[in-house]
Amino acid sequence: MRRISVTVNGVPREADVEERDLLVYFLREGLGLTGTNVGCDTTVCGACTVHVDGESVKSCNLLAVQVDGAEVTTIEGLATNGEMHPMQAAFQEHHGLQCGFCTPGMIMAAVGVLNENPSPSEDEIRHGLEGNLCRCTGYHNIVKAVAAVASA
Amino acid sequence: MATTEQPAPNIGARKLRKEDPKLITGAARYTDNITVPGMLWLGFVRSPFAHARYTKADVSKALAMDGVVAAYTAADLEFAAPLFMAFPLRDLKQPPHWPLAKDKARYVGDPVAVVVAESRALAKDAVEAVSVDWEPLPAVTDVREALADGAPIVHDDLGTNHAGTWDFELDSPAPRRGDPGPYFEDPDLVKVTGEYFLARLIPNAMEPRSVLAEPNLAQGEFTLWTASQIPHFIRTFLTIELGIPEAKMRVIAPDVGGAFGSKLEHYGEEAVSVAVARELGRPVKWTEERSENYVASIHGRDMYQRIELAATRDGVLKAVRVKLEASMGAYLRVVSPAIPMLGAWLYAGVYDPEAYDFAYDMVFTNTTPTDAYRGAGRPEATYAIERTMDQLAHELGMDPVELRRKNMITTDKFPNYTIVSGLTVDSGDYTGTLDKLLERLDYEGFRREQAERRQRGDRKALGVGFSTWLEMCGLAPSRVLAALRYAGGGWEASTIEMMPTGTVRVAIGTAAHGQGHATTFSQTVADQLGVEYEDVEVIYGDTQLVPLGLDTYGSRSMAVGGIAIHHAGEKIIAKARTLAAHQLECSEDDLEWTPGTFTVRGTDRSADIKTLAFAAWSGHDLPDGFEPGLTATHIYDPPNFSWPHGAHACVVEVDTETGLVDIMRYVAVDDCGVQINPMLVAGQVHGGVAQGIAEALYEEARYDEEGNLLHGTMTTYMIPAAPELPSFELDHTVTPSPTNPLGVKGIGEAGTIAAPPAVIGAVVDALSHLGVTDIERPATPERVWKAIQEARS
Repeated sequence: MRRISVTVNGVPREADVEERDLLVYFLREGLGLTGTNVGCDTTVCGACTVHVDGESVKSCNLLAVQVDGAEVTTIEGLATNGEMHPMQAAFQEHHGLQCGFCTPGMIMAAVGVLNENPSPSEDEIRHGLEGNLCRCTGYHNIVKAVAAVASA
Repeated sequence: MATTEQPAPNIGARKLRKEDPKLITGAARYTDNITVPGMLWLGFVRSPFAHARYTKADVSKALAMDGVVAAYTAADLEFAAPLFMAFPLRDLKQPPHWPLAKDKARYVGDPVAVVVAESRALAKDAVEAVSVDWEPLPAVTDVREALADGAPIVHDDLGTNHAGTWDFELDSPAPRRGDPGPYFEDPDLVKVTGEYFLARLIPNAMEPRSVLAEPNLAQGEFTLWTASQIPHFIRTFLTIELGIPEAKMRVIAPDVGGAFGSKLEHYGEEAVSVAVARELGRPVKWTEERSENYVASIHGRDMYQRIELAATRDGVLKAVRVKLEASMGAYLRVVSPAIPMLGAWLYAGVYDPEAYDFAYDMVFTNTTPTDAYRGAGRPEATYAIERTMDQLAHELGMDPVELRRKNMITTDKFPNYTIVSGLTVDSGDYTGTLDKLLERLDYEGFRREQAERRQRGDRKALGVGFSTWLEMCGLAPSRVLAALRYAGGGWEASTIEMMPTGTVRVAIGTAAHGQGHATTFSQTVADQLGVEYEDVEVIYGDTQLVPLGLDTYGSRSMAVGGIAIHHAGEKIIAKARTLAAHQLECSEDDLEWTPGTFTVRGTDRSADIKTLAFAAWSGHDLPDGFEPGLTATHIYDPPNFSWPHGAHACVVEVDTETGLVDIMRYVAVDDCGVQINPMLVAGQVHGGVAQGIAEALYEEARYDEEGNLLHGTMTTYMIPAAPELPSFELDHTVTPSPTNPLGVKGIGEAGTIAAPPAVIGAVVDALSHLGVTDIERPATPERVWKAIQEARS
C-alpha cells in the first residue's frame, strides 16, 4: 500500500492504494466516481479517458500511484456550478450518444482535442478521436457535436 | 364555440433525448457501477483449450488464499435444467449446455469452475490458482471441416457435428410460389452462382457484460442486475434452471451499454451468480473483461453461403435457390439455430421471381457459440442476393441499377403483397427509394468520372456499389412463432397509469440499451393523451416494475411495444370518456376528443385529462360501477411482421497499388414507415451502417488450427474508429405500415442489413475493369491487393 495525494475534480484527496491499482479502479471503486467506464483491457477503447493535469489520458493505462500530486478531472467534474460543459450539451443537442457507455471518455477526449486545436477540420476531429471507440453512433453525430463546439 | 389550442405534435419532432443528462454527466447506472453491502466478486475458470477433457478442477490452492471465500466446480453446483434454448427446431440435436462444463470443454473460454473472493483483483488471482488436469483433444473450428469424415466430434454422444437441417419445404409455415428446380434445367435461362463466406464477428457492445446477484434469504427472493436486452426472458429461464419462482426472481437490466444481439442472450454466468448467491447468502458480482468477452460472449455470422439465380437473357429474375452452412459454435444458445432462418424468406430481396428454395445446415464447432448479431439472418440474406444480383448484371452486361429496377416488386402491388417466399409484405416503395438515391448520388456523373479515371490509368480506382434491401422485423406474431417452433410468444405489453397530479407512468416490456425508448415513447404518449412530453415517465427493464414484457430485439420496440402503448392509451381515453360524460352530464357519444380534452359537441363545456385523472384517483364522484383510477394495460400481438426497406449506395476509392479502400461517400435512403423522432432514426442508421461497413472492410474473428482466437483482443480485432468512417448522407421516404395504427416499421437493424453488399459491391466495381469479380469480406488491403494481382496474372 502507498499513500497518494491527488486532487480529483477540484477536491484534494488522500488515499492508500495498492501499487497494482489502476487509476480507473481507484476512481471507480476507491472514490465511487463510476462515470468513468471500463470498456477494454488493452488500452484501445478509450471509455476510461480522463484528464490528468489537463491532458487526456486513458485511466486504465496509469497506476493510481502515478497520479500522486496530480490534478485529475473526470466526467463528473466537467460541469461548472451545475452547468454542463458545452461539450456535454453539444453531445445531447447533436445526438452524439446512444447507449452512453463510451460517452464520458469520448467527451473528455473531445474536450482534449479542442484544447490542443480550437478550430479543427472534420478530418482533424476524426483523427483526434481515434483513440476512442463508439459502437452506436458511427461517429457521425459525435463529429458534428465537436465541430459545433469548435465553431461556437 | 371554444377552440382548443393544439400543442405542437411530438411525433415527428426532433426531441432531445430524456436519457442523455445522466449519460453525459457520468451519473448512469450500468451494472458494474452498482455496489451493495457485503458484495463478493466472482471469477470464472475457463478452458485454455478449444477441446479438452478433464477429470478434476482442483480449487484447494485458491481456497487457501486470503480473501477467497468459496470455489465451485461443475460438480458442486446443482442446476435443475441446462441453460435454456428457445428454438427446438425439427429433428434438432440439442446437447445440454450446463453453466459450468462437465468433463469436457468445447471451446476456448468454456467455464468449468467459479471462485468467490472479496475483491475483483483477488477473484482474478484465485482463478489463476485453480488447476485443471486438461487432456487436450484435436479441435475443429471450420464448418465444412466439421462435417468431414473423421472430424473431431464436439458432442461425443451425437456422433456427428451436424445439428440439424432447416428445409423450406418442410419447415416454412408459408408455401413458396414455385419450385426452382426446373428453372435451373432450362437451357434458355442464364444462371449465376454466388458463393460467399461471411466471417465470424464479435459484437463488441462497449459495455462488457456484468451481473450482480443479491439474495434475500428470509423472503426466498433474489435480485439479478444484468447487462441484458432480455430481463423478462432471463427471469423465466432462471426459474427453470434454479427452481426460484418467477414472483421471487427479480431481474433488472439497468442502464445497458449497447448490445447488438450479444445481450439478447442468457449466459451461464447469470445462472451461476444467482446459484452462488443462494449458496453463500451474500451478493456476488462479476464483470467481464474485454478479452474474456471475446471468448465468453456470443459471436455472430460464420456462415458459408451458396446462392443460385436463374434469369432470362434480358434480365428477368425467375428463380432463387439457397443453401447455407452455419456455425453454431460449441453449443446452441438461446436462438442460435434460428438465426439463419430469420433470413429464410428474404433471399429474393425486393425482387419478384417465380420460384424459391432455401435450406441450411447447423453445425457444431469448437468455437464460441454464435447467436444474434445486429440484423441476425437478414444481413446474411441481403448480402447474398445483392452481391449475386451484381454478378448477374455483370454476366448479362447490364447496369446493376437497371437490373435491380427491372425486377423490383412494383409499388402498385401493395399493400399486403405475398412475395415469392410466401410471406406477406405490409407496404413498400422500392423504386421510390432507389430513385431518390440515384438523384442524390448523381449516378451518371459518377460513371463518367469512373470512366475518365480508367482511361487515364489512375492508380486510384473509383467504384460504386448498391444495396436495395428489404427486411422483416417487428418480431413477431405469436402464431407464426409457434409454427416456427419457437418456445415463446412475440407480443408486447404496456401499462399506462395517469397519476393523481397528472403525470403519466408508462410501463413497457421492452428493454432499451441505447435506443432512446424513454424519449420516443414519451413522444407518442404525449400526442395521444394530450399531455406534456415532460410529464410522461417511461419505465422499463425491471421485471418487478414491469412484470409483463418480452424485451428488445429484432427492431420490435416501436413496431410492437409502441403499439401496445398506443392501445393502452386508447383504453385510457375510453375510460376517461365515461368519466367525462358523468362529469359533464352528457352522453359519451356527445363528447369530442381532441388530445387532452373532451368537449361536449357544440358547447364550450369540457373536461381535461389531468382533471379526470385526479377525479378517477380520488374516487369521490364516479359513475356507478366505475373502477377508480385511470389505468390500463394492453398486450399487443402483432398480426404481421413489419417490412422496412431502402436503397443504399457506397462510393469507394481503391488504391490499386496497396489495396487500401477509402469510402468517399455513403448515401442511404431508408423507409421505416412513420418516423417518431427523425434524429433518433438517423442515429440508428448511422450506427447500423457503421457496423455494416465494419463487417465489409474490417472485422473478422478467425481461429488457428488449435482453436485459439486469432483476433482475441481489441488490439487485433479491427473495430473502426472515427478516421475509418465517412460522414453519412441520409434521406428517407415514408411508406406507413398499414398493419399498425402508428404506421411504424422499425429501424434498429436497417443499416447493418443494407451496408455490406453496397461496400463490397463498390470495391468489386472499382476493380471490375481489371477482371475482379468478387472479394471475400472483410475486404482488407491484403485481400484487395491479392485479388488485383490474381486478376492481373
